[in-house]
Amino acid sequence: MGSYIAKRLLRSVLTLVIILTIVFILVRQMPLEGYFPNFEKMTPEQIKNGLHSMGLDQPLPVQLYHFFRDLITKGDLGTSRIYRQNVPVAEILAPKIPVSVRLGTMSLIVSLLLGLPMGTLMAKYKGKFFDHFGTGVIVLIEAVPAAVYYLFIQFYGTEALGIGMTMLGDKDFNNWQYWILPVLSMSLGNIAYYAMWLRRYMVDESTKDYVLLARIKGAGEGRIMFRHIFRNAFVPMVQYIPTSFLNTVIGSIYIESLYSIPGMGGLLVDVIKKQDNAMVQAIVLLFACVGVIGLLLGDLMMVALDPRISLAKKGGDK
Amino acid sequence: MALLKHPRVDAAEQRATEALKRELSEQELFSVAPFDEAETERTGAESYSYWRSTLRAFRHNRVAMFLLSLLVIIVLFTFIQPLLPGQFDPNLANNTVNAKGQTVPMKNTPPDSVHWLGTNNIGQDLWARLWAGTRNSLFIGIAVALIEALVGIVMGVLWGYVRKLDFFFTELYNVLDNIPTTIVLILVSFILRPGMGTLIFAMSVTGWIGMARFVRNQVLIIRDRDYNVASRTLGTATWRIILRNLLPYLVSVIMLRMALSIPGAIGSEVFITYIGLGLPSDVPSLGKLITEGRKLLTSPSKRYQLIYPTIVLSVVTVSFYIIGNAFSDAADPRNHL
Repeated sequence: MGSYIAKRLLRSVLTLVIILTIVFILVRQMPLEGYFPNFEKMTPEQIKNGLHSMGLDQPLPVQLYHFFRDLITKGDLGTSRIYRQNVPVAEILAPKIPVSVRLGTMSLIVSLLLGLPMGTLMAKYKGKFFDHFGTGVIVLIEAVPAAVYYLFIQFYGTEALGIGMTMLGDKDFNNWQYWILPVLSMSLGNIAYYAMWLRRYMVDESTKDYVLLARIKGAGEGRIMFRHIFRNAFVPMVQYIPTSFLNTVIGSIYIESLYSIPGMGGLLVDVIKKQDNAMVQAIVLLFACVGVIGLLLGDLMMVALDPRISLAKKGGDK
Repeated sequence: MALLKHPRVDAAEQRATEALKRELSEQELFSVAPFDEAETERTGAESYSYWRSTLRAFRHNRVAMFLLSLLVIIVLFTFIQPLLPGQFDPNLANNTVNAKGQTVPMKNTPPDSVHWLGTNNIGQDLWARLWAGTRNSLFIGIAVALIEALVGIVMGVLWGYVRKLDFFFTELYNVLDNIPTTIVLILVSFILRPGMGTLIFAMSVTGWIGMARFVRNQVLIIRDRDYNVASRTLGTATWRIILRNLLPYLVSVIMLRMALSIPGAIGSEVFITYIGLGLPSDVPSLGKLITEGRKLLTSPSKRYQLIYPTIVLSVVTVSFYIIGNAFSDAADPRNHL
């Protein structure tokens, strides 16, 4: 197990390096004029000097080498050039990370609290009204693009709650009312996802022999549902939870800009448009880290819950 | 005990019994059947056609059939609409003469008999824009789904069938799967020239790997089954094994994935337009209409400008979703009884 995790971590680091390299190269393809706000008025000389001061005139491999050298030896992600001039990237990101994590965690809790009971009830009343009703809701959430229902939640939600459209600026940050709508918007997709899969797994489990045995022993339906079926159906679900947490944090790009939440998601769009290379790289690195850790955690949680599964034997086939 | 029998099997048996009763009279049921040599040679498989059964199962699903016809009508209409009389160019900013006799743009006029859905804030006809936008969005969605399916299937078959490539593809998958698609989408559409091609490329550049992985897993499972080993020993060409023995198994799930990636791509277009990186300004799309409409959400009298594109978008995406699911159910041979 220990050696498996070590191997897995090594692979993860390798993956991160490749992702960073790809993004680094992509970012370097951005148009030159984007780096200078007054490009048309500049002489070729000025442009050359400007590029030199940013280190952009060096060959790509050299730039890449410098980036990784600074990152590994000094833990330095570079300094922001445009978003906030000459401020280290780490300093800009530090206060934003907790905001995104807070939003992500809240939405994870809400989706588990609503999604799991919904899936369980749908499986329990399979083919009855609640099942059909739930399926309808899930189809709607899955099929209507998130971009659209976010808008409607924002619009009708703010009217219903009687709060203004602009929200979660600094002054409203700790007012819980302002968190309801963004958290709800972010949770809907996951609620549908958890409910759909839990129902499916529970229905699959319910025809198995151990359920029949439990019934023969005289266990009550409620007990069979929660103590027997739910536990087994939950194991494959566990694997997705860290990944879905990651997707929530990344998917927050849209929500954070809708509600002007000072988190990471809205920031990414902003810095890509401003061509602030160091910031883009840092945020992508952060997202990729969360992704890799999420996959690893998911596998480990599954092993912890189900003693029949052994990761070491499969050799990271997953 | 009833529990031991799968409900679907039970229902099928009941149906068969009922059919027997309908076709044969009581007398025929209990009389000795004559021996017919030709009849004994007949096999059940002869009359079974996979595609015919799939279509029959699909036609039984009334909701899916209704949505399919609706979708076909919408697609046809996006092409017919510009040919109808009294239509406007979706990009033409219409002008009007105001009370003082000056020519001014028709800003946000409400729907009337000339402009059926009114005009937007620079005087473009919203009815024309709605259908041109639907056409473009559908085109993006279908193109992305086709590219993903084509590249995904080819790569997936290679990945699963050519053992030497397995390591390469697996590592590639591990990397690509960890890059958030949203980031690729934003970066690519920012770096390349804005346009339909760019958007389609940005969406399918990472999307194919999911399809490839699915195809690969299935190929691995089916590749060494006895009938394929037998086929190989008989000297069947590899491409024939892949086309005739492997891919038909995957049709249902491939169709489902395609049907789901169409609304996905249309939704991505809405998102990328919202953050300001979408199509050029002379190409209308549902994303553009929704982004423009969103700005009017606060003034109730102009809210209809958002409502119509949203309705079309929702109808299209929900239809693809339900049709995809219905077709994948129908394409599953276990449902052909």
